[in-house]
Amino acid sequence: MTFGVLAYGAYIPRLRLSRRSVAEANAWLNPALKAQGKGERAICNWDEDAVTMAVEAARDALIGRDRASIASLRFASTTFPFLDRLNAGLVLKALRLSDEIAAVDVAATQRAGTSALADALSRSGETLVVAAEKRPAKAASPIEMSTGDGAASLLVGEGEPVARLLASATCAADFVDHYRTIDSEYDYQWEERWIRDAGYLPIVPPAIARCLKAAKMTPADVTSFCMPGVLPRLANTIAKAARIPDAAVRDNLHASCGETGAAHPLLMLVAAFEDAKPGDRILVVGFGQGADALLFEVLPAISRQPARLGVKGHLARRRPEENYSKFLAFNDMVEIERGMRAEADKLTPLSALWRNADTVTSFMGGKCAKCGTLQFPKSRICVNPNCNSIDTQEPEPFADKIGRINSYTADRLTYSPDPPACYGMIQFEDGGRWMMDFTDIDEADLTVGRAMKMMFRIKDIDTQRGFKRYFWKAAPAASGRD
Amino acid sequence: MAKGIRDKVAILGMGCSKFGERWDMNAEDLMVEAYVEALADAGIETKQIDAAWLATALEEQHVGKSAIPLAVALRLPYIPVTRVENYCASGTEAFRGAVYAVASGAADIALALGVEKLKDTGYGGLPQRGRGTLNNMTWPNASAPGSFAQLAAAYRAKHSSAPADLKQAMGHISVKSHDNGAKNPKAHLRNRITLDTVLNAPMVAEPLGLYDCCGVSDGSACAIVTTPDIAKGLGKRDVITVKALQLAVSNGTEAQHNSWDGSYFATTRIASKRAYQEAGIEKPRETLNLIEVHDCFSVTELVTMEDLHISEEGSAINDVLDGFYDADGPLPCQIDGGLKCFGHPIGASGLRMIYELYLQMQGRAGERQRREPPAIGLTHNLGGFPHQNVCSISIVGRYDA
Repeated sequence: MTFGVLAYGAYIPRLRLSRRSVAEANAWLNPALKAQGKGERAICNWDEDAVTMAVEAARDALIGRDRASIASLRFASTTFPFLDRLNAGLVLKALRLSDEIAAVDVAATQRAGTSALADALSRSGETLVVAAEKRPAKAASPIEMSTGDGAASLLVGEGEPVARLLASATCAADFVDHYRTIDSEYDYQWEERWIRDAGYLPIVPPAIARCLKAAKMTPADVTSFCMPGVLPRLANTIAKAARIPDAAVRDNLHASCGETGAAHPLLMLVAAFEDAKPGDRILVVGFGQGADALLFEVLPAISRQPARLGVKGHLARRRPEENYSKFLAFNDMVEIERGMRAEADKLTPLSALWRNADTVTSFMGGKCAKCGTLQFPKSRICVNPNCNSIDTQEPEPFADKIGRINSYTADRLTYSPDPPACYGMIQFEDGGRWMMDFTDIDEADLTVGRAMKMMFRIKDIDTQRGFKRYFWKAAPAASGRD
Repeated sequence: MAKGIRDKVAILGMGCSKFGERWDMNAEDLMVEAYVEALADAGIETKQIDAAWLATALEEQHVGKSAIPLAVALRLPYIPVTRVENYCASGTEAFRGAVYAVASGAADIALALGVEKLKDTGYGGLPQRGRGTLNNMTWPNASAPGSFAQLAAAYRAKHSSAPADLKQAMGHISVKSHDNGAKNPKAHLRNRITLDTVLNAPMVAEPLGLYDCCGVSDGSACAIVTTPDIAKGLGKRDVITVKALQLAVSNGTEAQHNSWDGSYFATTRIASKRAYQEAGIEKPRETLNLIEVHDCFSVTELVTMEDLHISEEGSAINDVLDGFYDADGPLPCQIDGGLKCFGHPIGASGLRMIYELYLQMQGRAGERQRREPPAIGLTHNLGGFPHQNVCSISIVGRYDA
């Protein structure tokens, strides 16, 4: 038994906003944006946030694995939807992890992801690390161009790891290149050249050197260098300063995804794992008020992993979006006329949410111990008209089942932040059905019989009270037209 | 089986307000409008009414809870008054309460009144109705058209119907209802339309366009019922009696169990069978002379023709296109314009349908009167969603029929 990274997964939202559309809309104000109008960035659908992306990345990592052995959960982000509600607790419940494990939010720095991973690797027992980010950005700001939304997840523990940690190093520095406070919605950032010259270059290479020294390795031993950074060629400059071969520098996914904040070092690490062969040594760095450096050696189990979407699969699961004003509307950055139907009160009675958390958050249904019928939601009396037994329901998870569209509509009357509202009856092959919202679907994909997977999403936003409620939605199971 | 309600109760009088956007009227005014007509038709005074039932479905939009608004509006003399709500079957539910009261002998004369004032919402279409605390957490924010549009998807899949054929039959249904509504002075929508209008209308919820959807209206309808003997004693000739009253309510099977395929109304099939049995009807297609069904959407009417066991399963498209249900066809459906054009003030709709049968049977339907007054007819309401609903059926006819 070896201790290391047992599994990895990622999530990148399906919508990709073309940077050209951002530049064209805002160049009148800031002509410099024109030069940045290349490639695309991942953007959340209206019903996604750090929590929903974290759940999907973790599910990607946990494919084919028993979740019962997970002893801790670390959720890293600087954009948690809740300031005082354990976001990791919500992820835990959606993933149906044991409620007797330690669930912790790791926050407040762009290196929250690497710090959570380093912490997991320094402990015993199985830890699920997940990092997700959906950074707010002012219209026409450089960060709007450079960031992307996304999440990554790593399972750490004893077993047959895909990689083991050779060494890690860390350092702290109250170097404030940007900040966001409890009172400010957006980042306030200092000059990029200063960040590079007085921040990255003096802080990162020494941390790398200490890490390599602890691992008794030389810079030339690094085969993959995962160094996030939005300045052009920043990673190459740091590699040069640290004497790491330039060929080891990995693509920072700027062209296809954008920088996913606290999740990005882990997202780049997952992408590196997808390309890795046994014996590779991957160095990953997180930067933010100091730096974390972690050096991994890839092990033979890397070639025996079950299929997952990961970074590559999620990048391929893509729908281009050219409509910049839709992006602004999704992020509530424009006062848009949503119509009187949007005024419907979306109060969530918290007592009812707690009482029904298995149904709503975990998507647990029931299985009749007498007749075997599956149903959602669970109820005291079996739904099978030929059974109707009382108190025979055993918990049955529905989140990982594939369902098929039995009936559907594209509704233009009801309020939806992204009309038309697509929903319909989803029927699960081994039993059970429910009238559900669809997401990540185009009208042309609405056909009876289409296979749909379940995804954890924002169900409704209570604009009066700032609460978000979550539930599961159906999305096309195969990328199909994507 | 219980003996049922057949011929135990007679309709003594009926009234119906004009339906439409009644900007100058409160719900209470609409109630009085229907009541005054019904009272005069019955030829009685208020003090002769022993008990009353009020139907409203979206009471939070107008009168509020309880039966008090009816008692106050009609100045009912401290009699038992009950408010009922059962989605779009509410009006028939009130009628059922009054009919059962008379049949039981608890009341000699009873009143049922349905009302809805829907045009104080500030926007078109129905508001989203309360769905319950837990349902709010998992149900889509489904609109009525979005829910009923799904029938079309499942129906096409089951019967391999070409989308264009289904859409054409749905269009025929709407054109027919507009033709019929044009002849009805109390109807909300009185304009004639063409098939092109229907087919080219803006989409509300695929495949339902604007003209596949019924009107959202203000209105009220009222029935006063008694025993056939009392009706005769009060001088009524051509007494119209209740032949059957049935209700079937979904129990979650369609919503949760894979035995339902989504292409039909399980409740309607069951409720109509029970109603035919209660009324002693063996061949509804041949026996019924007139039907008023819950055409909230064109596709609902089409599918309902099969669920009422009048069209063979899978053949409603043909019957509709053949004109079987047209005003001059063998079995007219919505001769008054239906929900589509008469309008759909929810609590009033079931009673409005019975009102039309009652007028037609007495030869009092004006320009839209069938040449041969019908002897027996059926009304149908469907409240809720295809996968979870309340279906009510009433059959009324001449006492001697």
